Amino acid sequence: MDIFLNLVEKNGLILGFLVIGIIVAFSELFSKKVLNSKIPGSAISIFLGLVLGYVGGVFTGGEKGLSDIAIFKGVGILGGAMFRDFAIVATAAGASFFLVRKAGFLGMISLIFGIGLFFLMGVLLAYAWGYRDAASLCTIGAGACTYIVGPVTGAAVGASSEVIALSIAAGVVKTIAVTIITPIAANKIGLNSPESAMAFGGLMGTSSGVAAGLAATDPKLVPYGAVTATFYTGLGCLICPSVFYILLEMIF
Amino acid sequence: MKIIYGVALLALSYLIGQWLGEFFGNLLGINANVGGVGFAMIILKVLKEWFIKNRWMSPDIDSGIDFWNKMYIPVVIAMAASLNVKSAVSTGTLAIVAGAVPVVVSFFVFPLILKNFHKN
Repeated sequence: MDIFLNLVEKNGLILGFLVIGIIVAFSELFSKKVLNSKIPGSAISIFLGLVLGYVGGVFTGGEKGLSDIAIFKGVGILGGAMFRDFAIVATAAGASFFLVRKAGFLGMISLIFGIGLFFLMGVLLAYAWGYRDAASLCTIGAGACTYIVGPVTGAAVGASSEVIALSIAAGVVKTIAVTIITPIAANKIGLNSPESAMAFGGLMGTSSGVAAGLAATDPKLVPYGAVTATFYTGLGCLICPSVFYILLEMIF
Repeated sequence: MKIIYGVALLALSYLIGQWLGEFFGNLLGINANVGGVGFAMIILKVLKEWFIKNRWMSPDIDSGIDFWNKMYIPVVIAMAASLNVKSAVSTGTLAIVAGAVPVVVSFFVFPLILKNFHKN
């Protein structure tokens, strides 16, 4: 057993490849045999990933899901920001420049709508839950944008650590919600072309959620969603603690 | 052997893009990366076109990029498994509501944006 644990410790990332391979194989099989391929294997794999993330959190009380369990540390490396962004960039190789340019305007409009809409609803919900100070409202509104915009804004406007934690949690819930709902709703909302994927990425923003949701819907759409979503967090970090905070200060 | 050129091309694009993202974040005075991945994607696209134009591209180089392109979903699965799912669903109702309700509303808004701003 000691030898095994030692081996795993030294080869975390490699074990990560194996673990994800097993998850995918299981999901593909489940999709084919049990669901008659009605839900794509990738969607089931991603959902299963979330479930394992939950289980990991229950077992360890840590913050990084399954990867907090020592032997699954490599899953966290594989699923960390570095590999995620590296793989997203690689998807650009298959995307059409022409389409990106054509849908640039639509993407920009969606970005502005997206940040405004999520921030506003986050603020309104925080207000409904009893928050009345501009800093807390602003931080929770920012958390409704993404789990990075939340803490960046909270730190900038001097929100309490509970509110900052809450904003991160809201952002993670958003990622999960987008991941799960996208493949279910894609057909009904007309999310089926590169242009619509760019608008979708701008509106939803959460890079991980958009990318995961689109991957489960149609992998060809991933680069288009990612190219706009990548500007969302930066833009959110820019306007939430500045323009939006000043507006809230004037009201409260 | 040439497969490493593809991976290196991807790495170069990634690093320049991330650097630009950090640079703009700094310039704007915020502690965040502004569009780094987006810049990297554009750089990769331009570099690849340039390679093709000069006839430097080979199937091997292409497969170095394509491997990571196809690894995308497995990486996302690993990412999903490394999210703080437990705390996200147990920090109380506001976190769940503030995270999920705007998403649901946005799914209804999305077709309206497409209808009003999508010029064919």
